[in-house]
Amino acid sequence: MGVGILVENLNAWYGTNHTLQDINLHIPANHATALIGPSGCGKSTFVRCLNRMHETNPIARVTGVIKMGDIDIYKDASPVEIRRRVGMVFQRPNPFPTMSIYDNVASGLKLNGFTGRRILDETVERSLKQAALWEEVKDDLKKKSGASLSGGQQQRMCIARALAVDPEVLLMDEPASALDPVSTSKIEDLIFQLKSQYTIVIVTHNMQQAARVAENTGFFLNGKMVEFDSTHKIFTNPRDKRTEDYITGRFG
Amino acid sequence: MSTQPVNNLSQPTSAQFKPSRINNIRRSVMNHFVTALSILSTILVIAPLVAILVYLIYKGASSLNFAFFTQIPAPVGETGGGMANSIVGSGIILFLASLMGIPIGIAAGVYLAEFGSGKFLATAIRFTADVLNGVPSIVMGISIYSLIVLQQKHFSALAGGVALGIMMVPTITRTTEEMLATVPHSIREAALGLGVPKWRTAVSVTLRTASPGIITGCMLAFARVAGETAPLLFTAFGNQFWSFRLNEPIAALPLQIYVYAISPYDEWHRLAWAGSLVLIVMIMVAVTLVRIFANRGALKGGS
Repeated sequence: MGVGILVENLNAWYGTNHTLQDINLHIPANHATALIGPSGCGKSTFVRCLNRMHETNPIARVTGVIKMGDIDIYKDASPVEIRRRVGMVFQRPNPFPTMSIYDNVASGLKLNGFTGRRILDETVERSLKQAALWEEVKDDLKKKSGASLSGGQQQRMCIARALAVDPEVLLMDEPASALDPVSTSKIEDLIFQLKSQYTIVIVTHNMQQAARVAENTGFFLNGKMVEFDSTHKIFTNPRDKRTEDYITGRFG
Repeated sequence: MSTQPVNNLSQPTSAQFKPSRINNIRRSVMNHFVTALSILSTILVIAPLVAILVYLIYKGASSLNFAFFTQIPAPVGETGGGMANSIVGSGIILFLASLMGIPIGIAAGVYLAEFGSGKFLATAIRFTADVLNGVPSIVMGISIYSLIVLQQKHFSALAGGVALGIMMVPTITRTTEEMLATVPHSIREAALGLGVPKWRTAVSVTLRTASPGIITGCMLAFARVAGETAPLLFTAFGNQFWSFRLNEPIAALPLQIYVYAISPYDEWHRLAWAGSLVLIVMIMVAVTLVRIFANRGALKGGS
């Protein structure tokens, strides 16, 4: 089951660049939350703070509190533990090119030292089914490299890979921006189904996409969160003038 | 700037885009010229290797026989004899060298690429590796002579292995570092994002993705030291008889070739040619075998 996320006074820097300023936000469990905003506004940095990927960059710095359930992710756990509980799907599909489809999906378990054969088989099948890819690849699981699939298939495999470690939260950083419309709609259907079991945070440049998949939407601008509300409210009756300007296409 | 869209295909705006006969011919000639040039360069690169190989076969093949691979060198004045002890000796020394040089070289390369960015230690290692790469092999021989041979008070296979092993390290370290740098950052992030610890990501994901290039680097280093003579002169020393002990002087093909080549006997000259041929063929076989072995596990559509 998913878990809610509470963000308090989050600030983040890359070197001297203050990329996130005083973000306060509650992301409800088992819902999809969309983050929109122009390029460079801090959306990606924000999701990377949620699984502590931000700090893999040596010049990055974070202050503030992020609580997942009762856990303060910057105090009570190591980054490795947090990343096992918070899955991430990246902008471009990033399969492990030397691994088969099976090994790609099982990698989160295998690389953490898990070897139980039957459970691995079951997990791979379940994850690929959840990612709606099982039927397309079940005959080539161990024969083909993960990199031999099409872009859309690769991205769904990456989603399966993230689901295989059984996370509570799934972060998606523009998961469909490198894909064609057919693959995009498959990914969106997937998000729609997955949000009953996982807390999903999706960064997107595509406002229709946010409207289609997310209950709540946050609008980011220049490192600040301008507005956070139900998606319906944001797109029909935003409180802030800047939100309105952005969603009506007046800038960005 | 005009805001009107310009379509060069239907409305040529300059002579360059005009699909005239002259332009077609010029492009075709240029195309053939550049193709011919690259073929010529390839031939120029391969020609010396083929020439050396052909000359070695011409000079050495006639002296190759069964005894060459099974017998030790005959005493001066007697005919016959072979280089069996040198072939085995070279194998032992190179095995020792690889055993030390490859793990250390790869580990140092992983440190440089994955953990050392911006650190003073990494800069120091990189500089040392580059200097070490340029150290003349005879200097390496003398250094190991004073470090190991003088301490132990005798020449040994081990000292030869250490000398060659150290010579392998800089090449392997630098190629490992460069190959790891070509692995896209997104692949590391994929592993880290799954909660895989950094060291495991470096070993099981990044290193594995870069392995074809790293294997090439190891093979280059191996082939380079396999023919080295100077570092062995003061370390392995050479031996006219069988020896399998690591702390005794041992025979090696390059040393035996050297001894035979500077000798005054025609018979020995012929054996030196045969030895050279065997050395080159053995390096080629070793490199090919490793390639085949490394490619065996490759998957369909992988990279």
